[in-house]
This record gives sequence, C-alpha cells and structure tokens, in this order.
Amino acid sequence: MIRYTVIRLIQGVITVWFIATATFFAMHAVPGDPLMNDKAISEEIRRNLEAQYGLDKPLPVQYVIYIGNMLKGDFGISFAQENRSVNDIIREHFPVSAILGILAITFAGLGGILFGALTARYRNKMPDIVIMFLVILGISVPSFVFAALGQFALVNLNAFFGTSILPVAGWGTLSHMIAPSLVLGLGTMAFLTRLMRSSMLEIVSSDYVRTARSKGLPTTRIFLRHELRNAILPVVTVLGPSIAAITTGGFVVELVFAIPGLGRYFVQAVQQLDYTVIMGTTVFYGAFLVFMVIVVDLLYGLIDPRVRLE
Amino acid sequence: MNTALSFAPVVAERDVEVISRPSLSYWRDAWIRLKANRRALVSLYIVIALGVFTVFGPLFVPSASIQDLDQISSPPGADRSAFIVPPYVPWSGVTVNVRDAQGPLEAPGSMTLVGEATTQAVRMFWDPVPGAHGYRVYRNIAHPAPDDALGMPLADVLNPSRVSFEDRLDIKPGEYFYSVVPLDMNGVEAPVYTTLDVRAIRVITADEAVKRGLAESVADLAVGDEVKLKLHVLGTDYLGRDMLSRLMHGARVSLFIGIVAPFLFILVGILYGSAAGFVGGRVDQVLMRFADFVVALPFLLFMILFRILFKIEGGDSGIAPMLIAMVILSWPAAARLVRGQILQIREEGYISASRLLGAKTPYLVLRHMIPNTMGVILVTITFAVPSAIFTEAFLSFIGMGVAPPTPSWGSMCNEGLKTMLTHPHELIFPALFISITVLAFNLLGDGLRDALDARMRSQE
Repeated sequence: MIRYTVIRLIQGVITVWFIATATFFAMHAVPGDPLMNDKAISEEIRRNLEAQYGLDKPLPVQYVIYIGNMLKGDFGISFAQENRSVNDIIREHFPVSAILGILAITFAGLGGILFGALTARYRNKMPDIVIMFLVILGISVPSFVFAALGQFALVNLNAFFGTSILPVAGWGTLSHMIAPSLVLGLGTMAFLTRLMRSSMLEIVSSDYVRTARSKGLPTTRIFLRHELRNAILPVVTVLGPSIAAITTGGFVVELVFAIPGLGRYFVQAVQQLDYTVIMGTTVFYGAFLVFMVIVVDLLYGLIDPRVRLE
Repeated sequence: MNTALSFAPVVAERDVEVISRPSLSYWRDAWIRLKANRRALVSLYIVIALGVFTVFGPLFVPSASIQDLDQISSPPGADRSAFIVPPYVPWSGVTVNVRDAQGPLEAPGSMTLVGEATTQAVRMFWDPVPGAHGYRVYRNIAHPAPDDALGMPLADVLNPSRVSFEDRLDIKPGEYFYSVVPLDMNGVEAPVYTTLDVRAIRVITADEAVKRGLAESVADLAVGDEVKLKLHVLGTDYLGRDMLSRLMHGARVSLFIGIVAPFLFILVGILYGSAAGFVGGRVDQVLMRFADFVVALPFLLFMILFRILFKIEGGDSGIAPMLIAMVILSWPAAARLVRGQILQIREEGYISASRLLGAKTPYLVLRHMIPNTMGVILVTITFAVPSAIFTEAFLSFIGMGVAPPTPSWGSMCNEGLKTMLTHPHELIFPALFISITVLAFNLLGDGLRDALDARMRSQE
C-alpha cells in the first residue's frame, strides 16, 4: 500500500513536470509575446522590460529558471495585471472554483447514486422510464445550454415571486452557489446515474444477493449492505475523471454566471498571452487533477478490499 | 466368405450434414441485432437525415451571411406583413405658448400620438408643463411602471415651447413606451414623468419594396397596400441572417469536426496502439507511459492553447487548428483500447494457426488483428462523435472556436445567449440541433455496442 502510494506519487510528479514542459514550449511557440498587448513601446523600453521579465534570455535558459522557481513554489508575476503574482491569483480565485466544483460533484455523486439505485429498483416501471429519459437529455445537452436555461428559469422564478429568491449571477453567499453548481453537476449526474443503474442491475441478480434474500434478511439491509455498497464501486472509479471534467467544465458556468473563478482567468490569460498566468494555472490544474486521480485510486482500494494495489 | 462383398464401399450419403440456416458473418449478425433495436434504428435514421441536411441543405438555401435588415432577430412565424407608405416627409412638430410658473414641476398632463406609429417614424406631443425649461424623452420596450425604468434617453427638447418629439431611431415593429420628463432651468430632471404606450407597425415605401424584390414595380403598389417580407422559416439572428441557412452551414462545420476528428484520432490510436500491443515489452511500456502523460494534460486548457498556437489569419475559419488540436490530445484513449484488444487477440488460437502457416507480422496485423478490433473501434468512434461536437461547441461558445462569420452550432449558441431573454429562438435552435445530434449518436452507440460487442453488452 505504502509502496504503491509512493510509486503513484512519483509518477504524478513526473506527469506534472511533463505538463509544465509541454505547456511552456507550446505557449512560447505561439507567435507574439505578452508585451505586444500594450501600446507601441520604444525599442529601448521593450528591451528593458524583456530584461526585467527575463524574456531576453534563450528559451532553454528561461525554461530552467521557470522550473527552478516553480519547484520553490513561485509562479512569477502576471504580465497583464500589474504587480499581481500568479500565486495570489490562484490563492484568490481557485477557492471559488473549488467550492463550485465540490458542490457540483457532491450533487452529481449523490444524485447519480440515488437515481441510479432508484431506476434499477423500479426497472422498466414509470420512475425508471422518466429518469432515464431525463438522463439521456442530461447527457445530450451541452452545459452552456443548461447554464443559459438555468438563468432563464431563475429570472422567471424571481419575477414570479416578485422578489429575488435566488440570485441570477454573481458570487458571495450560499444562495449564489446553488444554481451554478446544480447546472455544473447535471451532466455528470446523468452519466453517473446511468453507470449506477447498470452496475446495480448486475448486482441485484448476483448470487450473494439471492443468498441474502433467502436467508430472510430485511430488504433495507440487503439494499444498503449488499447491493448499494457493491454497486457504488464503478461510480467511485469514474469520480476521478469526473472531477477533471467538472473543474474544467466550470469555465462555462463561471462565464455565464459571472463567477470570479480561475477558469475565467485562464481564458483571459490565453487571449493576452500572459505567460506566467497560463503556466501557473495549467500546472496548478494539472497537479490538482493528477492528485485527485491518485486519491480516488487509493480510496478505491479502501472501499473494495478485493482490489490489491500494486 | 467372399471378402470382397464384406467390404463393399459404402454409398456416400450426401445429406448428412445439411446446414439448415445460412451462416451469418459477424457484420450480418450485428446488422440484424441493430435492426431489432428500435431506438438505435431511429437514431441511425436521424443521423442519416442530419447527413442529408448537412450535405444537400446548403445547396437550396441562400448564403449564411446575407443580411435581411428588415427582419432582425425575428422569431419563426413572426408577422411578415408590411404596409406601403409614402416616402418620409419631415415634421414641423408642435409648439405652444408657455406659462411661467414657480414650484415643483408636474408631469405632463397627457401624451398624444400623432398619426400612426410606424417603423418609419413615431410622432407625439404632450401637454406643456408650466415652468419647465425643456423635456427629456425616453423609450423603453417594457412598461416603466414598477421600478421607474424609463429605458433609453432619446433626446433632450431644450426649447420650452416645443412639446413634441419625432422618433426615427431604429424602430422595430412592436410595443414601445415613451416617457417624457420635464427639466428645470438647470437641465435637471423632475422626479415625474408621463408615459405613452405605442404599438409600431412595419411600413415600407414603394421604392424600397421594389428594391428588396417584394413587388414587381412601383405602379403595382398603392399607399396602404400590404406586402409580405421575405420568408425565413426558422427566423433570423441578431444580424438579420437566415437561421435555417446558418444552421445548415453550421452543421457542415460542427458535424465535419464531430466526425472527422474522432476518425483521425482513432486512426492514430489504432496505429499507435497496435504497434505498442504487437511489439510489446519495453517499447510497449515506453509508448504507453507517454500516452498516459498525454491523457494527463488538462484537455480544454490545451485545446485553447493549441487553438492559439495555430494562429488564425484573417478570413480563416479556424476549423483546421481545432481538428489538429483535437487529434493531438485525444488519441491516447483509442490507443489504449486498441492495445488492450491486440494484447488479447495476440493470444488467440487463430493467430498461432496463421503464424504456423507462415504469415508475416504485417499480414497478421492487417488481416487478423485490426479487423477483429473493428467492432470495438466502431463503437468508440460513435461515442467519440458527441464529445467532439461538445468540444467544438464549447470552444466556439467561449469564443475560442471557429472564427466569425463562419457559423457553427456552438458559435450560434454563443451569439444566441446574448439575446436569450428577448429572442430565445436564436439560442434554442442551435442548442436543439446539438442536443439531437449528440442524442442520436449516443443511442446509436448504445445500439452498436449491444450489436457488435457481446462483452460490453449493456444491461437494458
């Protein structure tokens, strides 16, 4: 177990280094540089600026310097936003994205397990048919359409009650978080419901459930101890990739609901070719995702003793 | 005994082994299974219909960039009638003698519409307010009542004796609320206003109607006649472009990316995966470790980076960069899948048999391995199409996809979102097309999986 964890962590570090390297060179291959966004500047000023930011050095040297700083935990200073360090930007805006993501994944996970179990239980009956129809809809409708429709619904809801039940956009209080996280989690929830349903159907017809039934155990006990616990496993496996999908999918929701998350900064930074912010956010997101996948894999070993982590 | 008789040859019986049913090939069997699945079959028809819509549709509709400025953001089924009016004649307005007065300004007693409110001009006058030094005129598309939302300030009438206003600013057919606020000697608004509710009708001059091709000649038209504007089956967008035509041209972009991108990256994946799986050993280890790294790249972040990397010149649609970026980032999943399949098939008996008969490696791979992974690959492609369409839509939605004016369903959604509250059809149609396409491919993928791959058969 410990050996496995260590190996996974080492692999994770290599992956993050790979992400950093790929991003660094891809970004520098883009024509232009961050200084081109400003008004025309004289050759001299430009040279001074380049020297200040270290852009005058050859690319491999810049790379080594950057990786060195990164290892010290310093992502540098933003080009576009004066005197703002990338660490500050991440520290300030990542929590917003993270809260949104956590709420969304909680909602998606709980909803997916609940609805999946429900549809399996009422297989081919009304609840199953209705939920599965909604699930197919949830998988087929892009998140930005959900976001737009969600906002549309909120506007009408607020207009109907004459007061602001839930805010349409913005960030700050808990009531701001409900609508965007619901929207963000919807697609994943639909996917998880489907997964949970097929996994549940497989379990329900398994031998040990039949045994438990013939022993005369109460239905709720069979459901909780035998069926649910086993059926949840595949859902846990895809939670890692789902977290990735939800955090990056957060861009759109942040855009539509005007939420000051990290995703918006990334899109903005790419447009301005703000080298340090692009690097910082990509490496940070990459490390976060790699770490989440490792955590989920380790969790999997804890939940299912049959899985030997090697 | 006559041994010759004992050992008489047995008459060959010809009908010992009669194959009572025709043998089914893998693909025939799959087709029969697919046909039995109604949902998958309907999806297949939808996919075919979308193909026809995409390939032949644009041949029958006008170009996607022609603007109809008379009908901007008009929903489908909107009233297309326009009435012929004489050419615009300037209006002298209404002036009155004003009384001076002290004390707070009151709201104008009433407002009156002059003539008919048309898209050519809306003319109004109001009762003078004693003591007012001028008036400010506002226009709104909703009633100002609850929050005193007067709308857009149109003009300041700074002559106190003039109590009229003529609005010619971009009037669309529909309801408008004009509000007049009196101004004091310093030009400051009094906290009172009077509102006039006006319903503008669409009008057009005879010359214009002929110029737009709505009538044969000016002689056919008399003032008051009704003509029909051009028909846009699904309405128009915010620049007056025909929605149907844009949806069709957009389908070419969205479906092209949606189908070609998975096809390409799965091709790369097949080559890479089969190489890794077949060679095996150290090479396999290294190749698959590299694939793992590519998988770990944050997908959308890199899509956006790549999209910028292949800089779009003016006039480019931006389709090629998106395709390349998708292929670069998406092949590992397919490679992994193919590798797994190859590893499995490599151990099968028929491979050993073929090898014993002297088959060379390329023959083995091309003749036995790849055809046997085809089912799984086909299913993967079908499921990859929706995600490619989503990716295109997502990128275009955040303004990182195809460059305007090239339409794509995603960019149309992006544009439609801005006018969602007033003209929902501009968002709903492209969103509907994306959803239907993705739905059809998902259901078709389910059906194909059930039909082609016994092991992956879902529990339905």
